[in-house]
Amino acid sequence: MMRLELVKRPQRSALFSAVSPLIALVLTVAAGAVMFSVLGKNPLDALYYYFIDPLRETWSLHELAVKAAPLILIAVGLSVCFLSNNWNIGAEGQFIAGAIAGGILPVVFPDFQNWSVLPLMMLMGVAGGAAYAAVPALLKARFNTNEILTSLMLVYVAQLFLDWLVRGPWRDPGGMNFPETRDFHAFAILPELLPSAGRAHWGIVFAVVAALVLWFVLRKTLKGFEIRVLGQSPRAGRFAGFSAPRMVVVAFLISGGLAGLAGISEVAGAIGQLQPSISPGYGFTAIIVAFLGRLNPLGIVAAGFVLALSYLGGEAAQISIGLSDKAARAFQGMLLFFVLGCDTLIHYRIRLAGRATARRREVAQNV
Amino acid sequence: METQRDGEAGGLLDVRGLTKVFGTLKACDAIDLTIDRGEIHALLGENGAGKSTFVKMLFGALEPAAGTIGWKGRQVTIPTPGAARRLGIGMVFQHFSLFEALTAAENIMLSLDEKAPIMQIAERARALSKTYGLPLDPFAHVGDLSVGERQRIEIIRCLLQKPDLIILDEPTSVLTPQEADKLFDTLETLRDEGKSILYISHRLEEVKRLCDRATVLRHGRVVAHCDPRQETAASLARMMVGNDVEAVSRPADAGGAHEALLEVSGLSRPAANPFAVPLREIRLTVRAGQVLGIAGVAGNGQGELFEALSGEALQEHAGVVRIRGMDCGRLSISGRRLLGAGFVPEERLGHGAAPHMRLSENLLLSRHATDGKSLLGPLGTVREGALTAAAERIVETMDVRMSGTDPEAAALSGGNLQKFIIGRELDRQPAVLIVNQPTWGVDAGAAARIRQALIDLARSGSAVLVISQDLDELFEISDAIAVMHDGRLSAPLPIAEASFEKVGLLMGGAAPGHTIDNALDNATEQA
Amino acid sequence: MFESVLITIATAATPLLIAAIGELVVERSGVLNLGVEGMMIMGAVTGFGVAITTGSPWLGVFAAVLVGAAFSLLFGFLTLTLVTNQVATGLALTLLGLGISGMIGEAFIGMPGLKLGPIAIPVLSDLPYVGRFLFAQDPLFYISILLVAGVSYFLFYTRAGLTLRSVGDNHDSAHALGIRVVAVRYAAVAFGGACAGLAGAYLSLVYTPQWIENMTAGRGWIALALVVFASWRPWRVLAGAYLFGAVSIGQLHAQVIGVSIPSQFLSALPYLATIVVLVLISRNRRLTMVNTPSCLGRPFVPAR
Repeated sequence: MMRLELVKRPQRSALFSAVSPLIALVLTVAAGAVMFSVLGKNPLDALYYYFIDPLRETWSLHELAVKAAPLILIAVGLSVCFLSNNWNIGAEGQFIAGAIAGGILPVVFPDFQNWSVLPLMMLMGVAGGAAYAAVPALLKARFNTNEILTSLMLVYVAQLFLDWLVRGPWRDPGGMNFPETRDFHAFAILPELLPSAGRAHWGIVFAVVAALVLWFVLRKTLKGFEIRVLGQSPRAGRFAGFSAPRMVVVAFLISGGLAGLAGISEVAGAIGQLQPSISPGYGFTAIIVAFLGRLNPLGIVAAGFVLALSYLGGEAAQISIGLSDKAARAFQGMLLFFVLGCDTLIHYRIRLAGRATARRREVAQNV
Repeated sequence: METQRDGEAGGLLDVRGLTKVFGTLKACDAIDLTIDRGEIHALLGENGAGKSTFVKMLFGALEPAAGTIGWKGRQVTIPTPGAARRLGIGMVFQHFSLFEALTAAENIMLSLDEKAPIMQIAERARALSKTYGLPLDPFAHVGDLSVGERQRIEIIRCLLQKPDLIILDEPTSVLTPQEADKLFDTLETLRDEGKSILYISHRLEEVKRLCDRATVLRHGRVVAHCDPRQETAASLARMMVGNDVEAVSRPADAGGAHEALLEVSGLSRPAANPFAVPLREIRLTVRAGQVLGIAGVAGNGQGELFEALSGEALQEHAGVVRIRGMDCGRLSISGRRLLGAGFVPEERLGHGAAPHMRLSENLLLSRHATDGKSLLGPLGTVREGALTAAAERIVETMDVRMSGTDPEAAALSGGNLQKFIIGRELDRQPAVLIVNQPTWGVDAGAAARIRQALIDLARSGSAVLVISQDLDELFEISDAIAVMHDGRLSAPLPIAEASFEKVGLLMGGAAPGHTIDNALDNATEQA
Repeated sequence: MFESVLITIATAATPLLIAAIGELVVERSGVLNLGVEGMMIMGAVTGFGVAITTGSPWLGVFAAVLVGAAFSLLFGFLTLTLVTNQVATGLALTLLGLGISGMIGEAFIGMPGLKLGPIAIPVLSDLPYVGRFLFAQDPLFYISILLVAGVSYFLFYTRAGLTLRSVGDNHDSAHALGIRVVAVRYAAVAFGGACAGLAGAYLSLVYTPQWIENMTAGRGWIALALVVFASWRPWRVLAGAYLFGAVSIGQLHAQVIGVSIPSQFLSALPYLATIVVLVLISRNRRLTMVNTPSCLGRPFVPAR
């Protein structure tokens, strides 16, 4: 029987650190082609609509930026969490919390209209996301409660709460009973960057700035060192005088705040009101973005556009060749699988140990 | 074949040319070794000489790259530990291969190939433990047992397999001198029953006392086969190390009333987790110019004491720990470092150093608070140039050998990483240095260098506290030795009054209330 | 009334119980598979699809078990052979499962499903108060109880169970003794996947015999929480699952009766209850520390 054996490299491979995400992308595209054939579509057509067609026109490049913005914002925050070994998988909930908190002004106080509304909304969005993320963080820091499960449970709670708001107290009084809030007024709309060319709004600017700042912090400062040490070996981190419980809170506040900012940017920029569903799973897809970007904020910017492309491509393929838009989710899941698998190459060489084992068996039987 | 197997008195094991390569390192290079029936054979060598690798190949845990193993006159291959057991090779591991969440009987059951019910196994284990004087409760959970008790389980588990050859890997490193004596009696009984023993150790006195023949390894090669009784400890050491290890010199303390730099009074600490040992009313003082050694069997609260002193665990009252006359029981580890203390923990990888970070980053680990001015810039940025320069300085001073510039900590050998970690603290000239197991798993040359550095630091006016399981080491470097047992610390014995026997009795738990002389009397009466 | 409430609690509890008991075995072997939700939804879509295509709910159940196990082996290959991070890989399995099931299931939306009907055991099911609850249930209910008993017996009274626990406690020691750590873990992971697949089939063939996208609705995650809640003991998983069943049925009944609390708040109760329970359990550090398999989530690379 053939068997895979891992041989530890003495040092991590710089080459594979750089190319493993690319290998993963190639493998995903190949696997996607197989998947499309199985679904009875011409794989080349499907791949074209997924990966090329959305890049052909300016307006759709703008759409790409609209989709990439929340993914990048959330994923750079998650990189701080994952690097410090805090598994926040509730970003989807924090995204919603940010959208709700930021939405208070235009929905509840629609008559309060001046230039200060938008900045206040953004701040409240950040605060809302951070506060919602603080719940699993404090529970972990104080009671050692598993943050994976608590942060995820809170996603369902946030979705239900938003659902209640837009069907109940926040429903648009003049909206024919549709489950949605009133449209945000002009002062509460996040402006588009080049209104004549497309819909891309300031969210993508926030995302790139956040990525640059966090890249600097993680790479160049003592705080970044603290984050990485506590994530890699908590005991050494404690020996260094860093506090793991405090880091839990810091990491969750940062990622929650950025997810909240993503949430309010999405509703104030792309949607313009609150609805029962305001995210096609950005909070979860951002996990894939974070890993594809190898938890490096700059890599995450690139990865954010790749995953945004899969959303747009999903829509394009549905319209053009009738491929289910659900295929995009399957695609994204496969990508994460391949990314994780390829990362093994960074720390190990892989050896096929078919023959040696067989020989050993043989000799063993002779004993 | 049959006649050969039964007829020959000697010739149990005949290994020729056994070789194992890890990456570019030849851990074992063409090793030859023979063991007769009814022989205790010593395998000598310092840390990293290839002893453990060699026996793992005999036990089927590692696969040899080349060479043959002859067993009872036939050539065999040992692909798995199960195959080794079926042949009649048993092993008692140095770092125990026990399961803490399981009972002693369950642990034993896992290594037996037969499918006997657990009660029957427990009964057999109990009977065997009586025969060999190794008391054991089959239904105790291993997690609750002391290291000595755990070793007994390992030995009984091994004996239940009725092996012809028993491999013991550094068995006395976890025992008090008195417990070691008992173990030697057991081993001699086994030899008289015709069993063979491969005894791995770097303790030369016990090898001379116990073993019939010895094979000495150095850098993965056999350098000598000899009769240890014909050799002196010094000649054996020379074979192991290859040259004379520079003896550590301990100049006399200048004497007089030195300032107390580290004072601990009434330090108690409840167990932080179910597997920890609570500390009880610990009191100690280390003065400038002095090395205080703390002896004890592993798992008696040494790790907990280190954490309490370093500030990784805080005390309830500030006055419990004083560094340079300042109350610091409520200060964090960084706060205590700022008072002039330095710390070296037991675990190198994962505690003293982050395994996958470069040496320069590992320098930042313990120095960012004390050397913030030179290592950090505006906005909390790290000055990488200053960092690498400082790391290079330490590498040079401590003669740290490594490949490439600024490698990851995990890429260094144990001895070299330990030199770096100790050098990282010495580089600051700390007023108080607290070290846990300074030379555990370190080769002789590096160990001598580290010990000398600790003495020199003390003599230059610092207070040094050394926690160690290695009694030889403590007697070599300490001005006084105190003993830890079950979370309590004995009064220090000045080195002139200390002896292996006295310290050993305290390690075994002779109540501090009794005078040591009484305890000694009792021991002789029993004997 | 009392008995019918008990029965509905059982239908809510059974899928949680089946998924959790499988994950318990996985975690006892030292592997943390966070992909329960993904394996469950794959089981649900497979069970539904095969049942309506072949007309046999039993074939659906069988296929769901197979697909759950096969899907879990994907996780096994990454975490055990390629030694990837178990947390991240488990998440990947969940995302992949949700994606693929949505894609496959698109064709099934709105189609009437097949239901696996109850089997009444003669005489016993006529017992007063508990007869119908205990002895006139769907077959998977009986299987779930047998699974708990079987796992409990396996773990604590068989040699193989002892081996599995030893691997979860200390994989280095197990390796040193010649136990094939990776093989044991593969087996445990596959069993966990099979159970999750079965739990998914329960949802789409018994609980609500139809296909709804994301119909697991976090039950896979609640099952994970149940394992922690039960501190890795099979019979406590049973207790925990019925407790959660009671909470979710309680809120459903409250919605039906028309309690003047918004339905969304009632629907959030099971999730909030999960958090509360986790906090209560983890507050007792001593308890969790003693019971958690020591190697849980830790990578293992044997030296050869």
